Amino acid sequence: MAETTAKRSIIPYGPQHPVLPEPIHLDLVLEDEKIVDVLPNVGFIHRGLEKLVQKKDFNEMMYVIERVCGICSFVHGMGYCATIEKVFDVEIPDRAKFLRTMWSEMSRIHSHMLWLGLLADAFGFESLFYQVWRSREQILNMVELHTGSRLISSVNKVGGVLKDVDDDKLKILSKTVDQIEEDMLRVQKVFFEDYSVQSRLKGIGILTPENAHALGAVGPFARASGIPLDLRMRGDNAMPYIDFEPITSNDCDCFARCYVRFMEVLQSIDIIRQCIAKMPADHTLVTPVKGNPQGEAFMRLEQPRGEVVYYAKANGTKYLERFRVRTPTFANLIPLCETLKGESFADLGLLVLSIDPCISCTER
Amino acid sequence: MTEVKCPENILEEIRADQLPEKVMAKMAEGYRLSQACAATIEDHLELSYSFAEDNSFQYYTFRILPAEGEEIPSITRICPAAIFYENEMRELFGANITLIALDLQDKMYRIEEVQPFAPEKKEGE
Repeated sequence: MAETTAKRSIIPYGPQHPVLPEPIHLDLVLEDEKIVDVLPNVGFIHRGLEKLVQKKDFNEMMYVIERVCGICSFVHGMGYCATIEKVFDVEIPDRAKFLRTMWSEMSRIHSHMLWLGLLADAFGFESLFYQVWRSREQILNMVELHTGSRLISSVNKVGGVLKDVDDDKLKILSKTVDQIEEDMLRVQKVFFEDYSVQSRLKGIGILTPENAHALGAVGPFARASGIPLDLRMRGDNAMPYIDFEPITSNDCDCFARCYVRFMEVLQSIDIIRQCIAKMPADHTLVTPVKGNPQGEAFMRLEQPRGEVVYYAKANGTKYLERFRVRTPTFANLIPLCETLKGESFADLGLLVLSIDPCISCTER
Repeated sequence: MTEVKCPENILEEIRADQLPEKVMAKMAEGYRLSQACAATIEDHLELSYSFAEDNSFQYYTFRILPAEGEEIPSITRICPAAIFYENEMRELFGANITLIALDLQDKMYRIEEVQPFAPEKKEGE
């Protein structure tokens, strides 16, 4: 019998590639069609935003941090303000907590629906992609109705929020999330049971729970490997008043990540309903903050992509000494490389997409 | 209702040579590396390695105040998740972290300015 010899080659992949969702470069060591090793590289869209703390005072810096990423913009703004509030040791009013929770769940819905559409596009199911993105427009319309902008809303302020929402807008939001839920339930069967979807997603990109923990995976990437890590369990903002359990799957593959994000859309709709029902009547939105911050604080929140860590250090002047954002994709890149090993080169685009990468967040 | 789990973050100052053993001990307790960053405070560096325990949400940070040029041992062989953090600290802040498992040779962010966040050297140095 003739002996077959696998040939090794090194293929550069990215940062520009039709299948690649984000500008990341991977040097892939391939044996025939199988990936045996991966060397990741980032740094193509580094903007040096963290250095702007030397030029922008701590109130202005909120607008810079919001612009770290367009998709995760609201949570970045909220996280920055929450970190500075922790340095000041102030508590924001209850209504501001509920509004922040509600808007962050709206942000989660739009982010996950964006990802679900991109996933459908990645495995060639264009009509499913359009269906999800069309439905996603409804939540973006609601974000615009509440905050004045579809993505970069600038409604957070150190001490609370800048805008209030009246009962009419809450009723419109309630009807809209009902419609989105109906739309998602209509496509649920396609995502979970269609043969073509399952054949592209099931059994590929396995990340075991042990590797996920050891390599520091966070967010839906970790929850799809059975790790119930969700920073909303910490009880920040209005979460102590909300019934909530993290969604997990034990399948550890790309299908599990799709399942977790899909179900989180439905879960976020439920959280929004609870926020609307329990919204405090007192319309106080801001706890006034006086003077300049002094001290340091770590703050962790659950972005759509996972745990985001904010670190602020202040010295009593209006400029912070340091502000650091550790975004979830930064943490998920190393587990991604582990996931790619042993997989087929043809599945690479889907596998990279499965962590929901946001390289603009990663590089800042 | 969601149970509130918000323990106080713990900060421990250690020496650079203590870092690997402290990290191994924390990981043996079930913690994972959450973040690592550097900060330039006046004329010196501060390195922070933060570990998270996901059942209690306890957050534990090791703080290192290295002397100028002091070697800091990499933890990437114990904790591969630290690869990008340590490359970033070295490239942007000039932290002298040695033997990083995947060494990107200060080319991670592809910037022209060398160590833009590093402490400014005093005159005469």
